[in-house]
Amino acid sequence: MQDFVEAFLNIEIAREAAPILWQGLWQTLLLSVIVVPLGILGGIILALLSTVHSAWVRWPLRVWTDLFRALPPLVLLVFIYAGLPFAGLEMGAFGAVALGFFLNTGAYYGEILRAGIESIPRGQVEAARSTGLTRWQALSLIVLPQAVRNVLPDLVSNTLEVVKLTSIASVVALPELLFQARQAQSVTYNATPIVAAAVAYFILLWPVVRLLSRLENRQLAGR
Amino acid sequence: MADIVDARAIHKHFGPLHVLKGVDLTVAERELVFVIGPSGSGKSTLLRCLNRLEEPTSGSILVDGIDMLDKRTDINRARQRIGMVFQSFNLYPHMTALGNVALALRKVLKQGRAEAEQRAQAALARVHLADRADHYPGQLSGGQQQRVAIARAIALEPRVMLFDEPTSALDPELVGGVLQAMRELREDGMTMVVVSHEMGFARAAADRVVFMADGMKLEEGPPGQIFGDPQHERTRAFIRQIERH
Repeated sequence: MQDFVEAFLNIEIAREAAPILWQGLWQTLLLSVIVVPLGILGGIILALLSTVHSAWVRWPLRVWTDLFRALPPLVLLVFIYAGLPFAGLEMGAFGAVALGFFLNTGAYYGEILRAGIESIPRGQVEAARSTGLTRWQALSLIVLPQAVRNVLPDLVSNTLEVVKLTSIASVVALPELLFQARQAQSVTYNATPIVAAAVAYFILLWPVVRLLSRLENRQLAGR
Repeated sequence: MADIVDARAIHKHFGPLHVLKGVDLTVAERELVFVIGPSGSGKSTLLRCLNRLEEPTSGSILVDGIDMLDKRTDINRARQRIGMVFQSFNLYPHMTALGNVALALRKVLKQGRAEAEQRAQAALARVHLADRADHYPGQLSGGQQQRVAIARAIALEPRVMLFDEPTSALDPELVGGVLQAMRELREDGMTMVVVSHEMGFARAAADRVVFMADGMKLEEGPPGQIFGDPQHERTRAFIRQIERH
């Protein structure tokens, strides 16, 4: 028992590692508030493009979405970080992570929003168009707000996954929470920093999980 | 009097289906034209061609003198002058009744919020729903929703109103209120084209009844003639069937 506490819940080590863990947590938060809106923005663009009927838009869109959903995000990230520099495109760890997340999570957000848009009856657009609203106005004022509401649980769920996924930025040496925890672990020869990081993730994301449950229950009740 | 609607030789194909086979329809100012016919006769499609929710395959359509099928026509502008009411109401569920009516006033006519809401409120009053302005569609009965939909269309002060089976989705006891709103609109001189199975209303209020079957206009005339002395065999069969209900 004593050994266990010493190796995993070592107060002394935790205190020592705290500053660098804080830095990591801060970096994770910063990363999240950048990649989540970026992904949602990408998703909205993809979802809006999916409402265009032209084959010239549809096919490239299909290929794009399939590609970035099929590629493991870690592979994508390593390729951007370590591969693109060979093409003269060097963007640093943060830039690589931002781009990788934009491509990957944008595709997922896009599919969620597309499903939301397709759940709105055609009559909504027809009613809007019959009063003289443009296609774009009908989409942005009538369809999108309802679509977002319909798929809100899925959007929150995806956001949860995105924040968790920011830990893969550690492989390109971006000093986010997991990376910092592993640094501290290797310096102290103790697992406590990893445990602390896990606790930090939990505290960060548990409210989101609760929110998700409530949204899901509300949606079930609304049926 | 000039015709508000002047549609000529309208053809519409849906893939292999030939839904409209050269239909003419003219509607004079202040006229109420009723379009009847069995389901699948193309009457709703014809109506939806008039404001170009459906693109006719060929033909010509003038509404209030505007060529609806000319690519140079600003279709959004033209549609302001053509109100439409749908079978399934199609109110925006995320907006209040007032919001539903005010939206196009603000976004299409570019009115300020206060002016738009004032006009929306007046439109709601015309369908006797002034006290429901703050209600969301989900809080209203079907009949009330359809009246809000009518208010949404008339708020733009259209030159003609198109009704696509406006009472078909309603419980029988809610039909009366919608028909009453339509009757009052008529008394105010609105030009109207109505696709509906409400034969009693057609008899009482229509200036002219158009009978369609198989994508063609088979017969038209005053309601007394169409219902009392139909010339075409298909019309007779249809009227007989309706009367039996």
